[in-house]
Amino acid sequence: MTELAAFVLLLTFAGAALFANRVAAKQAELVERARLIERIDRILPQTQCRRCTFAGCRPYATAIADGAADINQCPPGGDATAAALAALLGRAPKPVDPRFGTMPSIPMVAWIDEPACIGCTKCIQACPVDAIVGAPRHMHTVIAAECTGCELCIPPCPVDCIVMRPAHELVTETTHPSALLDAVAS
Amino acid sequence: MQFPTSPPPHVVAPNTVGRVMRIVIYALLPTIVAHVLFFGPGLLVQSALAVATALAAEALALRLRGKPLAFYLGDGTAIVTALLLALCLPPLAPWWLVVSGTAFAILLAKHAFGGVGMNLFNPAMVGYAVLLVSFPAQLLSWLPPHALDIQTAELSFAQTAATIFTGRLPEALAWDAITSPTPLDALKTNLALGMTMQEALANPLFGGLGGRGWEWVNLATLIGGIALLMLRIIRWHIPVAMLGSLALCATIMYAVDPGTYPGPLFHLTSGASLLGAFFIATDPVSAATSDRGRLIYASGIGVLTYIIRTWGGYPDGVAFAVLLMNFAVPLIDRYTIPRIYGHAERP
Amino acid sequence: MQTAVRARGGLRLEAHKERSTRDPIATAAPPAHAVLTLDQHAGERAVPIVAVGERVALGQPIARPSTLVSAWLHAPIAGEVVAIEPRPAANHGGAPALSIVIANDGSDARHRERAIEDFTALAPAELRQWIGRAGIVGLGGAGFPTVAKLASAAEREHLALLINGAECEPYISCDEMLMRERADEVVLGARILMHALEARECVIALEDNAPQAQQAMQAALTRAGDERLRLTQVAAIYPAGGERQLIAAVFGKEVPHDGLPRDIGVLCHNVATAAAVARWVARGEPLVSRIVTITGAGVAHARNLDVRIGTPIAQLIEECGGYTPRITRLLMGGTMMGAALATDEAAVIKTTNCIVAASARDLEPRQPEMPCIRCGNCAEVCPAFLLPQQLHLNAQALDLAGLERYGLMDCIECGCCDYVCPSQIPLVERFRQAKPHLAAHLRARAAAQAARQRYESRIARLQRLEAEQRQRLEEKRRLARRKDS
Repeated sequence: MTELAAFVLLLTFAGAALFANRVAAKQAELVERARLIERIDRILPQTQCRRCTFAGCRPYATAIADGAADINQCPPGGDATAAALAALLGRAPKPVDPRFGTMPSIPMVAWIDEPACIGCTKCIQACPVDAIVGAPRHMHTVIAAECTGCELCIPPCPVDCIVMRPAHELVTETTHPSALLDAVAS
Repeated sequence: MQFPTSPPPHVVAPNTVGRVMRIVIYALLPTIVAHVLFFGPGLLVQSALAVATALAAEALALRLRGKPLAFYLGDGTAIVTALLLALCLPPLAPWWLVVSGTAFAILLAKHAFGGVGMNLFNPAMVGYAVLLVSFPAQLLSWLPPHALDIQTAELSFAQTAATIFTGRLPEALAWDAITSPTPLDALKTNLALGMTMQEALANPLFGGLGGRGWEWVNLATLIGGIALLMLRIIRWHIPVAMLGSLALCATIMYAVDPGTYPGPLFHLTSGASLLGAFFIATDPVSAATSDRGRLIYASGIGVLTYIIRTWGGYPDGVAFAVLLMNFAVPLIDRYTIPRIYGHAERP
Repeated sequence: MQTAVRARGGLRLEAHKERSTRDPIATAAPPAHAVLTLDQHAGERAVPIVAVGERVALGQPIARPSTLVSAWLHAPIAGEVVAIEPRPAANHGGAPALSIVIANDGSDARHRERAIEDFTALAPAELRQWIGRAGIVGLGGAGFPTVAKLASAAEREHLALLINGAECEPYISCDEMLMRERADEVVLGARILMHALEARECVIALEDNAPQAQQAMQAALTRAGDERLRLTQVAAIYPAGGERQLIAAVFGKEVPHDGLPRDIGVLCHNVATAAAVARWVARGEPLVSRIVTITGAGVAHARNLDVRIGTPIAQLIEECGGYTPRITRLLMGGTMMGAALATDEAAVIKTTNCIVAASARDLEPRQPEMPCIRCGNCAEVCPAFLLPQQLHLNAQALDLAGLERYGLMDCIECGCCDYVCPSQIPLVERFRQAKPHLAAHLRARAAAQAARQRYESRIARLQRLEAEQRQRLEEKRRLARRKDS
């Protein structure tokens, strides 16, 4: 008798909890979406390189959350990021689609051949993470430790004075994490 | 002058898994002696069979897995598993029971999961559970303790061994005449038959605390367990939490209806309560690993043991309680990570 | 004197200090050649300011700090700089590192520095700066430049100074002997540091297994008559002398995992560091010598020596009667955290507190490794309250998320878990191998978050600029329209 009562009580509780959960879920759908975008964005490497065809990591995260993009469009994050996204979203993991581009085998950062720079500021406008400093008609330079290696500054340069160079040549161990990663991996 | 180098620390305590297991085996000796005194030499035969089977199965598994034989055979973990399983079996159980149970424990519960340190479930309890669900009749027919006046015959060592190996009793003895249920079993059956607690406990199987003879075996186990605590082989969390929660459940239900539910002392001194609390649940490999986790883990075992004993289909519930809580260990471990120095909160 | 306090976790270990504390501190002969490694302190390498062939006097600066976290080096002997080249370095386990080599001319001609008679006459900031000139680093073993430590806590109010005399590692006895024989120096150093920090109180902590040191320190405190200083005993449980453990035991407060002791109003200096500060301020002697314990069954006569920095370890062993045939290994530091040296050609550095010429009896070699049986002995002794058994599991799989959750970066590598492990797993070594991976992962994540912030603030800025521009355009159009009409 007591067991039956306990069982019924438990069922009631479970039912009530489930119902409350449904209601709350409906109400908080928007909040939920924002939270999902935030969680996806945290997994992305924040290179802001646009290889995924979106305007940056957060726009890509939004597209994934809305079902407008697949999880395998991020070359800088590589298969690890694709796997983490798959785990987060409960989907089958898949490798990065090579059509979205490939990454160099070691971390690279942009480097400006300063004598050749004419000070046009086009690269500064292109840099998504404010890692290039300079003023009009004055030489520009890349803050190597803050460069994410997105390569977006290269096409706009009218004098082709920007090249990608291995990060460990330009960033000391203590300032650039990817250089450390590289040192650990090798 | 040149010297070889090595990473620090340069000293380690002279403690090994082998030493830990040896101490556990020594701590089981009081239980074994008490058991033999009250239930005859059957346990000795069962233990020998179990240990031999365990070592053979361990050797086979190590061979198949390509691991060094002598190194792992010497760690004593298989012997502890074998002894614990033998202690759970009726003294006159047929030989194939202990052999198949031990082989199952070592081959499947231990080595299929990756050998020592990797098993999710307590191997001895897996072996016991498999036997219990497969051969309940053989597992539940115990001998009455020697202290009892109802004792009809005392088997010699040779007779015992012969019985175990042939499955036939010596001439002029019938199975019905010499076997009896365990006190937990008897109580359960009699209460189910509609007897009151007083009537059920009037059976000569029951003594002052729990079952006669069993009280003494459990006391011997307590001595071994306290020795393990003092030698710091185990810590207090698991025994205290398991016995505490079992006693708590028993006290509450006893307070509700003393006519139907036996008191806490009966539960603590019956069946495998103490063996479970000090020797089985404390198996570190399959237990939770933080102090708080161990408290939760062992409390769960205590509660489940009480539930299975009182409402379940089997007279004792320690084995199933341990296995069920083994399931919960990864979850418990995940949520009982202790606070780290310098951190305000637990991770 | 109250009863001994203690922190959680840790191990009672045999101290092994009797042999080396039998004799008083002896002064070792100055070496024929002093070898000074340029990176013998924590932080950045020092930069030589002498050239090969230059003559230097005892106590003359020979290398300057390169950054804020770096230290001066002074000539420990008078003579000629004969080389600046890689030499076997004790802080690299005997592997070569860039060093200045000075040949002794035997004169011990001193480079005169001013001695300050009344340190209270100096402003604290001035005093701190002056202490920075002495090349003093944390002599307990960490080697962190003292001036940088002082600077980290400068201008903080109500600071408590903790002088660490809790020499918890087995075999090391140099701090105990220092307190027994030079207690006044320690107390004076503590008072100077208090003035430099404007500290409100000073606690000198030592272990409860050093009664003679305690008596000597108590007497020195009575002589000094400074009410702001007091002695405290901590239980001799390794690693009681670990900075964070000692602070927890003495003040009952924990240092935040991502912070420094100064964040809870404490600054901790070793007793030998305090004594070095006293010698510099009161007598103008920079850090050119230190007390080193030479012990272990592999050396004939264990004792404590007052040694010039840069003296080859082989020479110290000679002064202690040479090796015994039982020698098997050479350790710098104690047996728990000390580093094994490949060669005795390496020279004493500022942080060399102890040389253990170890015999097989001093070492307890590891048995073959077994799988972890999750016994939890390691968690019971861990002074950082970690679960080494779970860390080990995650380190094996190099599961970075797991390693972070279980607090790998909070491991102080004290070796307690290693010591008690029945499976004989080299846990500390495993953790040290895993740490760079996790550190790189954490840094990469921090860098990604920083890039994200810059990206987001850039987007916000561009939107703001666009809005402003649109507004200006609107304004212009309105003006144009008004003109037209």
